[in-house]
Amino acid sequence: MTAYSVTEPTGRSKLVAGLLVTLYAVITLLPLLWIISTGFKSGPDSISYPPKVVFEPSLEGYVNLFTTRTRVAAEEFQNLPPPETWYDAIVRESGMVIAGPSRFGERFLNSVIIGFGSTFLSIFLGTLAAYAFSRFKVPLKDDLLFFILSTRMMPPIAVAIPIYLMYRELGLSDTHLGMILLYTAVNISLAVWLLKGFIDEIPREYEEAALIDGYTRFQAFRKVVLPQAATGIASTAIFCLIFAWNEYAFAVLLTSGTAQTAPPFIPTIIGVGGQDWPAVAAGATIFLLPVMIFTILLRKHLLRGITFGAVRK
Amino acid sequence: MAEIVIRNLRKEFGAFTAVKGSSFTIRDGEFFMLLGPSGCGKTTTLRMIAGLELPTSGQILIDGEDVSQRPASQRDIAMVFQMFALYPHLNVRKNISYPLVSQGVPRAQIAAKVAEVARILGIESILDKPVGGLSGGDRQRVALGRAIVRNPKAFMMDEPLGALDAEFRERMAEELRALHDRMGATTVYVTHDQLEAMQMGDKIVVMNHGVVEQFGTPQDIYDHPATLFVADFIGSPAMNFLRFDGVAEAGATRLDLGSFAAAVPELQESARGALVLGVRPEHVSFRDDAACRGRVEAAEYLGTTQIVTLSTAHGPVKARIPSGQVARPGETVGLDFDARTLSVFDGGSGRALRTAANAGVHHG
Repeated sequence: MTAYSVTEPTGRSKLVAGLLVTLYAVITLLPLLWIISTGFKSGPDSISYPPKVVFEPSLEGYVNLFTTRTRVAAEEFQNLPPPETWYDAIVRESGMVIAGPSRFGERFLNSVIIGFGSTFLSIFLGTLAAYAFSRFKVPLKDDLLFFILSTRMMPPIAVAIPIYLMYRELGLSDTHLGMILLYTAVNISLAVWLLKGFIDEIPREYEEAALIDGYTRFQAFRKVVLPQAATGIASTAIFCLIFAWNEYAFAVLLTSGTAQTAPPFIPTIIGVGGQDWPAVAAGATIFLLPVMIFTILLRKHLLRGITFGAVRK
Repeated sequence: MAEIVIRNLRKEFGAFTAVKGSSFTIRDGEFFMLLGPSGCGKTTTLRMIAGLELPTSGQILIDGEDVSQRPASQRDIAMVFQMFALYPHLNVRKNISYPLVSQGVPRAQIAAKVAEVARILGIESILDKPVGGLSGGDRQRVALGRAIVRNPKAFMMDEPLGALDAEFRERMAEELRALHDRMGATTVYVTHDQLEAMQMGDKIVVMNHGVVEQFGTPQDIYDHPATLFVADFIGSPAMNFLRFDGVAEAGATRLDLGSFAAAVPELQESARGALVLGVRPEHVSFRDDAACRGRVEAAEYLGTTQIVTLSTAHGPVKARIPSGQVARPGETVGLDFDARTLSVFDGGSGRALRTAANAGVHHG
């Protein structure tokens, strides 16, 4: 008889598991690949049917994303000096000239300010609140925690109209501050609950040791609790950032000019004769990058954060 | 170093009273044990001395100064926690220097002090290691290092040996006591292990249900327990209790238990009704003509001695006798008690009656 180990997978089960995971990865990554490849297609290639898997890569989409272009009269076009830069050249190929930069840069910057701003604020407030809930005798603690959670019991967009009216009255419509406050309000319940869990897991003795060593309560929090909550803070920050970064509905409703974020802007990129799909895809690709980089940087923490409490060292 | 005086200390958590008016004095340089079963209020008392809990009422005086409402950081004491509570994100050196950093001690002085402490504790070789991978004993030493590095007024230790293996515990207990003797620092030590308390302590406070049952030297507490609880809690096997209804007269030197009369230390107060005669197992001996009769039920062999369980008219009695002596189950023998060592308790209140033997012993 052969002895089977209960913990060590056999070669075959490893193979099956590997195949399944690969298949799943391909399925989930397909839309992403589609977007990335479309960004490098030419206009006609992007809408050809059946879709082209092999195509001649072009930076037209990216150039179109960052520029506005105008068509000039044929004789004038002939008399233009030769293109000065590679992106000039790409635009000339379609018989147009660059008229100026597009608003994508501004919108992207708005997304960065609002996304990271609200993430920072959610984490800052969330950590302090979570610490207080975890360590101190707060009157009506359970009710307050439930109240905080209850803000997530309906989709935030359900209160869009009151918020719209309120923001208009308060002058917060289409402002960075308004969007940061809104996303913070949505994220704070998640932040408080997640972080409270993490802080609950940190033994009080560490702070007590610091208190006895002559530190104040706040110093103990900053020097002892915060470093140990880093994992929880990092994973909570990722969740908050992903929400604020990707949020679409409120952004459409509440921003139009100065504070418009990238999500409502990208789909409105219009080329000649309709939607400029390569430019839209290029915008989506660039838009993906910050969250991707942020997540990769905090990946170690994220993995530990998600399994926190389940696996004790 | 300092003397710590506890006066009518009381701590309530909502409806629950953890400590009900404790009073005792810890003299300068004493190794002082807070002993009791879990939930007796000993840790709460320690945490109040340390400043981690503020008392509901009562006073804590460190060197004559009332610190009862001051935060921990202003009391200048050090603490060793049961789980050691070493800062996991710092290495050994940083852990030990942490209390000095908070006081703004110059760097060169910190380095010198840490080196000295490391030498005392024999942990020089692990100073730059992270605390995560250390063995229990080394963690214990680092925790001690962090406590002794800044010459505090007193040390608080909350079951510091509780997290160690049994074999290692013995060695650390010796190290701790040696360290204390060398530094002469006032130490308050919480434990639920009566052997540890007897072995290491200069003085012991025995607590139960938030009340100080007795306060004194290990020998006083062992020989002259102030209450039935202390008599039962200290010693292994515990003191034998022979329960009877009778009369104890002040001045008497004999007690009539009904089935026999026992010689006792001269009583200094009277009581009647339910009474208890307490005798330690090692003070029970077999004598054929003794008036108290017991039937041998079982014998446990312990090497040099054996514990013999007997049934008597007043309940079971355990005797610690030389292992060479024969005790056959089923046999009936006469039991003799060493008169000078007996305690008499009031069965109702559980309090020991004052006798010539226990006069002068502190009661809770």
